[in-house]
Amino acid sequence: MSVASASIQFFTRLLRYRTKCAFPFHAASRILISPYLPQVFGGNKVLLGTSAQTLRSEEKVTVYFINRDGRKITTSSAKGNSLLDLVVEQNLDIEGFGVCEGTLACSTCHVILDQKVYNQLGPITDEENDMLDLAFGLTDTSRLGCQVCLSRDLEGITVRVPDGVNDMRRSDDAGPTL
Amino acid sequence: MSTHKAALCKVQILKLFLTSARCVRITRFYGVCGLSTSTPASSPKVCIVGGGPAGFYTAQHLVKTRTDVQVDIYERLPVPFGLVRFGVAPDHPEVKNVINTFTQTAQHARCSFHGNVRVGKDVTVEELQEAYHAVVLSYGAEGNRTMGVPGEDLAGVYSAKDFVGWYNGLPRNRELRPDLSCETAVILGQGNVALDVARMLLSPIDILKKTDITQHALDALAESSVRRVLIVGRRGPLQVACTIKELREMVNLPGTRPEMEASEFEGIAETLKSLARPRKRLTELLLKAAIETPGEEELEKRNRAERAWGFRFLRRPLEVLPSTDLIRAAGIRLAVNRLEGDGEGVRAVATGEVEDVECGLVISSIGYKSLPIDPAVPFDARKAIIPNTMGRVQQTAGLYCSGWVKRGPTGVIATTMNDSFDTARTLLQDIGKGTLDVSTVKPGSQGVSALLEKRGVKPVSFSDWEKIDSEETRRGETRGKPREKMLDVGEMLQVARA
Repeated sequence: MSVASASIQFFTRLLRYRTKCAFPFHAASRILISPYLPQVFGGNKVLLGTSAQTLRSEEKVTVYFINRDGRKITTSSAKGNSLLDLVVEQNLDIEGFGVCEGTLACSTCHVILDQKVYNQLGPITDEENDMLDLAFGLTDTSRLGCQVCLSRDLEGITVRVPDGVNDMRRSDDAGPTL
Repeated sequence: MSTHKAALCKVQILKLFLTSARCVRITRFYGVCGLSTSTPASSPKVCIVGGGPAGFYTAQHLVKTRTDVQVDIYERLPVPFGLVRFGVAPDHPEVKNVINTFTQTAQHARCSFHGNVRVGKDVTVEELQEAYHAVVLSYGAEGNRTMGVPGEDLAGVYSAKDFVGWYNGLPRNRELRPDLSCETAVILGQGNVALDVARMLLSPIDILKKTDITQHALDALAESSVRRVLIVGRRGPLQVACTIKELREMVNLPGTRPEMEASEFEGIAETLKSLARPRKRLTELLLKAAIETPGEEELEKRNRAERAWGFRFLRRPLEVLPSTDLIRAAGIRLAVNRLEGDGEGVRAVATGEVEDVECGLVISSIGYKSLPIDPAVPFDARKAIIPNTMGRVQQTAGLYCSGWVKRGPTGVIATTMNDSFDTARTLLQDIGKGTLDVSTVKPGSQGVSALLEKRGVKPVSFSDWEKIDSEETRRGETRGKPREKMLDVGEMLQVARA
């Protein structure tokens, strides 16, 4: 039935983001163990105490961010979180990062990785490539931060946030507009 | 009945996911958010005209960077968010996630929202300049470029701006009642807005009915006879202005098949290797849809499809041809072009040939256009923007601009975001250097409120908007939609004041 298939299509698309980094967690449990205080509760948006998840030090992955101003930020987050999750959770001061909140509708979480790390990661979906196409300063080792999930293998990587995080969908020279 | 309940259940689960997905909060710059601070009388006061993305992002940067700036956002409609609410397609809800950030900005102690205030009518820009140290014009582009051809006024001819406003609930477009009783629709323009319109015309109703598309548009589209949509551009396949995400959505649109002329793509495949990545991938996808032999699954989909879409290139509108009773559009006459030059300098030149296409719906998607707001604000009528240098309005101290009214009406939300941050930086730089004098005490919103009260204008606060928001959400719930937008400003005001 088209109703069912249409809902499934829509439903799976939403699930795809949430489950992408959630393995081996089931999508439903991902909501419950989310480290963020959901909007619906209002109030200050703080990181829920890590007692909500048993985050032993072995389960956290350290990442070094090089911000646009060249400053290095040492930070860590739980396995399974995306780089965007990390930026938000750790309140990193990167202006205009992750505007669409990880739904593959922009390119503002564009990050540049080392070649080795880039090669380690899984294949890039069409949807991510479509958004990467529009990223300002795209390189051969660029990824969208919302699609890169932390794992043991990514311990200690360096992630560079490129200058002028900017969707290329602007006027004149860039061609495609609006 | 049970499928209806199942659908509602799915919506509840979807909402739960939406809420959790929105747990990714952009909070870093607010630290302790929402604590009331008493703003000293001598703090810099900035007024922003326009409550869309440009206005909110400018406000966000100002409030984040200096702890003494007070920002007031004035918006003509009772509801905020501009084109995020009225422009982004209903089936792109994730693009509207930025509303969460805007909401935080509006709820910040040093920022306030004032809806239902028409700058230029209820209060002049000069009066705003007297009340504030700086005024930032971020009111976007409410007009559109016209084709300028005979027959443009016939029934059945609409600007994309009005058509999009109609299905997105913009109050001024609620009476549009487009006639969808024809088989073929022609869209002029090949940007993302053109593709949005094509997608709305051809999407299965079962998909649309779960979005925040307005009910009257949904009902009209359910009755629509439109089966074929042509998306027409002046230049060739290498110059299409849309981006790959939107093209992929058309290619994958259920129940539809692409119908294009292979002859229009002659020589294109050979150029692929010399193209930059974005253009290359876009052109590859276009070629695949237009001329490649489809695989088994895709072939089956195309055979079953009842609706068709396609690009037509090298065509420029000359005239909209009337029906025999001369009232409505019955066709469009197109001039055939050829391309001259190469690379970025490619130009379309008329060949003298002409082609007529039968159609009952013509939608021109050739660009939005800003309009002047107040005689006190310089305006470049040719470029249709406020003349400025890095956001400083030329020849007028204390006036700034951001967003489409500053750079022209192109670019997505993230483009506007960066542009607004630039203007905010310029403004803050001027305060820092002393070129913008913030030493005098200004009345700010209190001064403006007094004026508005005298004139019988009652602004809508952000918490008033939240009442409208809740009511729209509540109405949507009963229909399995994220919200049912109110179409009437009077109704919005009634709910706001309740």
